Amino acid sequence: MLNIENLHASIGDTKILKGLSLQINAGEIHAIMGPNGAGKSTLGYVLGGRPGYEATEGSASFDGQDLLDMDPHARAAAGLFLGFQYPVEIPGVSNVQFLREAVNAQRTARGEATLSGGEFLKAAREKAALLKMDMDMMKRAVNVGFSGGEKKRNEMVQMGLIDPKLAILDETDSGLDIDALRTVGAGINTIMRKPDKAVLLITHYQRLLELVEPDFVHVLANGRIVKTGGPELALQLENEGYEAIAEAA
Amino acid sequence: MNALTLPTRRDESWRYSDLQSVERVWADLDPAQTLHVPADSHERLRVDALPESGILRYDVTVEANARFDLHCLLMDRDYGRVEIAVKLGDGAHFELGGAILAKGSQVLEIVTDVEHVEPNGTSNQTVRSVLADKSTGSFLGKIGVARDAQRTDAAQSVKSMLLDRGATANAVPQLEIFADDVKCAHGATVGELDRQALFYMATRGLPPEVARGLMLQAFIADAFIGIDDDAAREALEGKARDGLENLR
Ligand SMILES: Nc1ncnc2c1ncn2[C@@H]1O[C@H](COP(=O)(O)OP(=O)(O)OP(=O)(O)O)[C@@H](O)[C@H]1O
Ligand SMILES: [Mg+2]
Repeated sequence: MLNIENLHASIGDTKILKGLSLQINAGEIHAIMGPNGAGKSTLGYVLGGRPGYEATEGSASFDGQDLLDMDPHARAAAGLFLGFQYPVEIPGVSNVQFLREAVNAQRTARGEATLSGGEFLKAAREKAALLKMDMDMMKRAVNVGFSGGEKKRNEMVQMGLIDPKLAILDETDSGLDIDALRTVGAGINTIMRKPDKAVLLITHYQRLLELVEPDFVHVLANGRIVKTGGPELALQLENEGYEAIAEAA
Repeated sequence: MNALTLPTRRDESWRYSDLQSVERVWADLDPAQTLHVPADSHERLRVDALPESGILRYDVTVEANARFDLHCLLMDRDYGRVEIAVKLGDGAHFELGGAILAKGSQVLEIVTDVEHVEPNGTSNQTVRSVLADKSTGSFLGKIGVARDAQRTDAAQSVKSMLLDRGATANAVPQLEIFADDVKCAHGATVGELDRQALFYMATRGLPPEVARGLMLQAFIADAFIGIDDDAAREALEGKARDGLENLR
């Protein structure tokens, strides 16, 4: 589904990704862990197409299409979802309006019929309930005045409504209380654990990985994947820290 | 017929105007329209289009405990100006919500002169401008508080969004306060669309022009939020939405 080969990327003159390769197939859940500043968020942004994040070498293809050649909104319509480490506030634009426009823009881009107001609201109610988010919050401006945890939960409501093929979730677990983490973990499983979908979880914590069990765990350090293993690698990291493992690699 | 002499650049309230355009229409300009809001009443004026001349002028007296609301949308003129002088009685309120949408080399401006003559008066002015190309959007807001006008509360919020480097926003507050128990709040900002938000919206599948449109509509909506009649507010918002689409 996602095939990244020898990807190099820079922000301005600073090289951040230095030869990163990663393959994710349909039906798989991958986790990326790694020290602060390793380039995990950068990887998400480059794949999402954030302006200023330039791929200088290598390739990334998504379902056979050259991902790096597509506009950000076209990547979304093709089925890529990026859950933000720091979700952005959009003053004056309600969640409901934002998401209805987004879902319908994607459907239009794919040549599907748009959802009516009623159809959309029904789906929104369902996903908000799944993530235990109050419908009143759906009527508020996107992320404005939301707590850190509420923003993360809102990311998952958005993912549920958009129903992507591949979700890259950047520290969606950070800032969630214990109950919310369980809700979000269950939400990710319900929405994304399907044979034709895949997930890339970026996280610092083992706890999320107990709820959403990964097939592969990767260590990203210094702009590259330096080690890959199964779920046991996450446990080893928790016990031994990155330094020992990154150095041994 | 207009008996007043043609303004010049030295007239404070015309300093950003397009005086050539003013000169063309000056002789035939209607005098300022005089409005009188009786005590304890509430009157509303909505301007969704400018006249051929581009210039609208009002002179309003708001009696004790009465209220006057002006909501206006300025667009579609090479030169456009809404000018209003308001005198507020005891406990009277003036509400202004103004939106300016300009492109090309258009010059659009809102000029207010609010006199708090008696105590307990309040005024609240909100202006939002979206300026493209080499256009100019200006707000000149004079607030006078007479010696006896204690407990006056006057607020101005002016925000401009520049879509292009060549566009210009002017926000000029002018305070003349002769009472001591007075609250006057003025805030003015000039900004561009938040790139982070645009990228965030793109990752949800919104094409750039749709994302931009949503953010600009939300920005302009501040100017019309105070309209108490839902249908009227939606009509003005709809006109603004069309205007925003025409900026590109
Ligand atoms: N605009 C920028 N200009 C230059 N360097 C930047 C810029 N933005 C980020 N960086 C640098 O890129 C590196 C990678 O940042 P990134 O956010 O990808 O790290 P991360 O692995 O997600 O870390 P964390 O675990 O703290 O979230 C960091 O050293 C950071 O300082
Ligand atoms: Mg990060």
